[in-house]
Amino acid sequence: MAAATDDLLIEARGLTKRFGEFEAVRGIDLAVHRGELFGFLGPNGAGKSSTMRMIAAVSPVSGGTLRIFGLDPRTHGPHIRGRLGVVPQLDTLDQELSVEENLRIYGRYFDLPRAECRRRTAELLEFARLSDRAGSVVDTLSGGMKRRLSIARSLINRPELLLLDEPTTGLDPQARHLLWDRLYRLKQEGVTQVLTTHYMDEAEQLCDRLVVIDEGRIVAEGSPRQLITQYSTREVLELRFPARDGSASTAELADQLGGVGSRQEALADRVLIYADDGEHALGEVHRRQLRPDSALVRRATLEDVFLQLTGRSLVD
Amino acid sequence: MVERHLVAYRRMWLIIVSGFFEPLFYLLSMRLGVGRLVGDVTVGGRPVTYVEFVAPALMATSAMNGAIYDSTGNVMVRLRQMHLYDGVLATPMTPADVAVGDIGWALLRGQLYAASFLVVMTAMGLVHSWSALLTLPASAAVGLVFAALGFTATSYMRGWPDMDWVTVATMPMLMFSATFFPVEAYGRWRWAVNLSPLYHGVAMIRSLAAGVWAWSMLIHVAVLVVLAVVAVVVAARRIDRLLRA
Ligand SMILES: Nc1ncnc2c1ncn2[C@@H]1O[C@H](COP(=O)(O)OP(=O)(O)OP(=O)(O)O)[C@@H](O)[C@H]1O
Ligand SMILES: [Mg+2]
Repeated sequence: MAAATDDLLIEARGLTKRFGEFEAVRGIDLAVHRGELFGFLGPNGAGKSSTMRMIAAVSPVSGGTLRIFGLDPRTHGPHIRGRLGVVPQLDTLDQELSVEENLRIYGRYFDLPRAECRRRTAELLEFARLSDRAGSVVDTLSGGMKRRLSIARSLINRPELLLLDEPTTGLDPQARHLLWDRLYRLKQEGVTQVLTTHYMDEAEQLCDRLVVIDEGRIVAEGSPRQLITQYSTREVLELRFPARDGSASTAELADQLGGVGSRQEALADRVLIYADDGEHALGEVHRRQLRPDSALVRRATLEDVFLQLTGRSLVD
Repeated sequence: MVERHLVAYRRMWLIIVSGFFEPLFYLLSMRLGVGRLVGDVTVGGRPVTYVEFVAPALMATSAMNGAIYDSTGNVMVRLRQMHLYDGVLATPMTPADVAVGDIGWALLRGQLYAASFLVVMTAMGLVHSWSALLTLPASAAVGLVFAALGFTATSYMRGWPDMDWVTVATMPMLMFSATFFPVEAYGRWRWAVNLSPLYHGVAMIRSLAAGVWAWSMLIHVAVLVVLAVVAVVVAARRIDRLLRA
């Protein structure tokens, strides 16, 4: 394999996915390089999982081209899958096996020798902090433990490319941080990772580069910092006003704040003001004789970018 | 795949053992009851007692049952409830590997029943010829056919209520496969018997157990092999359609 293509692990052009009449992925262009931690951000039903399943060489491509490790998943499916680790959105753990057997037997599907499977299983149990539950049946694990086991299982074949579909959904904060730490360690070991998430802090913390997708299309692309500078201001001022009968709605308040900061946004319970200097904007609010219950100046986050790009729809 | 099931089923040996007793009880009741009331029957021109007549058919039936239990109910759980195959297909394993693995496992289970059955038959003095050893490959063919058919049928099922169709299909099969009476007894419905895959297995195993050879056996083998190959191919296609959307 040539050095240039060797570095490009995922390459997609005009990638589409149709389910019958419905087009879930509508022409996506991607390039993920070795060593990167790449993120997909998008609201429910945006097409993140559909794209991940195509990259995992499980779901057939409906249109466009896709190359994984420079290979076509249609013709090299088993070879590609042998070099991938996959953590699906919904756990597909083997409920009839114990924790330890789940890892060991999964290694066998990759045709690894039994002794090797045993060795790696011990290692991964340690990695996922599940050693003391090695003999438990999967059903008796908590949701977070199952998630950790799924991730440990995806590493049994020492993948070059790890695909994680919402790896931390449903985890408590400790488990989430433990997982971030593990993913970071893997990155340092040179494992390329692609993850989808709804958590902005996660995307901000982990991803070198990410795309925001909405309704099957890429609507923005860049590093978390780039996206924030491009689609938001440096700071955000959050204002809460007393909700009394007859008092102005947030939309009316936002109108009254016209010209403060670079943009105003009315939410159900708050008004957001996007400004490079939040304190200065707050001074302006007071000058206009408006008395919010509370005012908070914070740094802009990816969440602001995300909400602006995908509209204020329901996102979890 | 098979290795996975071996590990999983170490905990469930009781279920497996229980499946074996069903045809065995049939056989015992035949020997003690019905067998005394019914006279001898001929197999390939040779007279045999009724128990000797029925036992090979029950051996074929137990191979069928073992294979069907596993390829329907258990496959259903793995497919719809555990999402086991989704996990497996994320590895280098292909849908064909999954189909072959699970059909192979169901076949093994049928074979386990059939083999134990053969041992019991021998112990009861119902086996007279060394050709009876060939009943094992014959029952394997029966198991293969039903494992693959069961697997394919399961892939079309939407939920547990559909499972009843398995009984709907196997009960008449048991009745119309010359299991309990000679094929001549079906009169003008005799052609219908030929449509039952189980019949071809029963006929094979019966001849082999009695040590009788006939050209018609080649036809039975051919029918079983062709059915098995077609069913395995269809089963792999179904897995592909279902899980790789
Ligand atoms: N097997 C399928 N058959 C038909 N439609 C499907 C199938 N899988 C997904 N879809 C549809 O494709 C669209 C995109 O789904 P996808 O699972 O890729 O979204 P997602 O971005 O992962 O969403 P979420 O954040 O909720 O996981 C949805 O509208 C979904 O209903
Ligand atoms: Mg998803």
